[in-house]
Amino acid sequence: MKITREQVEHVARLARLELSEAELDTFTGQMDSILSYVEKLNALDTEGIVPTSHAVPMENAFRADEATGSIGVEAALANAPLRAQSFFRVPKVIE
Amino acid sequence: MEIFDLTIHELHEKLKAKEVSSVEATRAMLDRIEAVDSQVNAYITVTPEQALVQAEDADRRIAAGEIAPLTGIPVGLKDIFVTKGIRTTCGSRILENFVPPYDGTAVAKLKEQGAVIVGKLNQDEFAMGSSNESSYFGPCKNPWDLSCTPGGSSGGSAAAIAARTATATLGTDTGGSIRQPASHCGCVGLKPTYGRVSRYGVIAYASSLDQVGPLTRDVTDSALLLGAVAGYDPMDSTSVNTPVPDYVASLAKGVKGIKIGLPKQYFIEGLDPDVKRAMDEAIAMYKSLGADIREVSLPNTEYAVATYYIIATAEASANLARYDGVRFGHRAEDARGLAQMYSKSRAEGFGPEVKRRIMLGTYALSSGYYDAYYVKAQKVRTLIQQDFLNAFKEVDVLLTPIAPTPAFKIAEKLEDPLQMYLSDIFTIPVNLAGTCGISVPAGFSAAGLPIGLQLVGKPFGEQEILTAAYSFERETQWHLKKAPL
Repeated sequence: MKITREQVEHVARLARLELSEAELDTFTGQMDSILSYVEKLNALDTEGIVPTSHAVPMENAFRADEATGSIGVEAALANAPLRAQSFFRVPKVIE
Repeated sequence: MEIFDLTIHELHEKLKAKEVSSVEATRAMLDRIEAVDSQVNAYITVTPEQALVQAEDADRRIAAGEIAPLTGIPVGLKDIFVTKGIRTTCGSRILENFVPPYDGTAVAKLKEQGAVIVGKLNQDEFAMGSSNESSYFGPCKNPWDLSCTPGGSSGGSAAAIAARTATATLGTDTGGSIRQPASHCGCVGLKPTYGRVSRYGVIAYASSLDQVGPLTRDVTDSALLLGAVAGYDPMDSTSVNTPVPDYVASLAKGVKGIKIGLPKQYFIEGLDPDVKRAMDEAIAMYKSLGADIREVSLPNTEYAVATYYIIATAEASANLARYDGVRFGHRAEDARGLAQMYSKSRAEGFGPEVKRRIMLGTYALSSGYYDAYYVKAQKVRTLIQQDFLNAFKEVDVLLTPIAPTPAFKIAEKLEDPLQMYLSDIFTIPVNLAGTCGISVPAGFSAAGLPIGLQLVGKPFGEQEILTAAYSFERETQWHLKKAPL
């Protein structure tokens, strides 16, 4: 086994996903078979190979430090599930 | 020939000659959607009111003599493109009621030309899938055979071309999501080089792989639509600042003397016999047109799918962290405390394929596994990219199948995600290498399903693959056959 049910539960907590018992079982089996398949990469010797994070070689992209327009408070809040005045409202963070 | 059957360039000529107005063309398209889309489910949202206002505006421009190639043309957009004031779902419950406050760059460019947006197209949820079955808004069907999938993730964008419910569409391609559905639906689909088209306003899946591209009825339209959306954009720091050529002007150059490579790892046992036959006929056609055909090697091909499913899921797990129920999107009603609000909102908002990929990506990035999976995959990506650069020292263009089989049946691969992932084996390497590829209709299976041919170009070699595709299309005319709908 590449991955256990306990590890899958741990990953779900890291990913902030509440999974049902049935989902945990399904994902354990599926992730195990996918990770077993991915093992084939270990057949390749990649010692000294530079990792590619980006397809096109590029430097940092900077722009001039000048203020530009923004969409405004009302537009920014228009999709909020819950708002209070000009804020996003969320449940209490510290009990 | 009905108005909804026309290509962009044919409709453009009629608009210019005032044989038809944009309002008439748009009404014809909206009527066609009304008549057939209940069978296909290519559209998540149809926007008749906005479309008719845009069409009236286009007609005013045309009357004033200000006609651009896309002025007055009814187009559809994959629902991954954010559109100001028009609901944008990305095929997900979590964005079911999301109405973006701005237009992305590709959309803004289409609007500047006066294109008419008739609606937002079905797709796999967050572009994760190869069959359009992971959409929260139900599967899209293949117009050539309604029991088959149209491919994915841009399934609606391809199906709308085949069903003739849009003159042209935009999709996105992260591992084949434009080319594979184009192949399965018998249309032309182009994935440009990474950085060629701005990703600003395109909902992110895997940022180092995602790219915007056109799905069209023919190669000329592909060149036109690519030219309309390509170019540097200060809002996307990964867009590349190289000039956009006139892609249409070079189409008729022909293929005499160009070197076409056949990667031997792509012509293997297990290729569907109908696909194999279509490839053999295409190779013979290119030979007869004077192309120089040779075998090349892409030795790391067999590692591409494994590499992709680490890199794409890792990037996805980071990108999709933004769906937390705070600023936009679905929020669970009955959560206790902030942490549970996150995890419940995400659990309710995401479907199984998205959860699976977030889980895989989170695992690959988690402490203790980062080097073994993520860094390893990035190193193999270097080798795969190197394979392509080496091949392009010998040849101008690569010719390959798009998919090992024609369109598969709905539900056929749902229970086995790995089998679904493996169906993208011929398209994924192009995204990892960051270069460009096009799918062109190349025949039909015995069962009457379309088969696509892939031409892969050098980075920023869109002109070469469009020219090669155009030569093939002109000789074969597969693109003229219509789905029985």
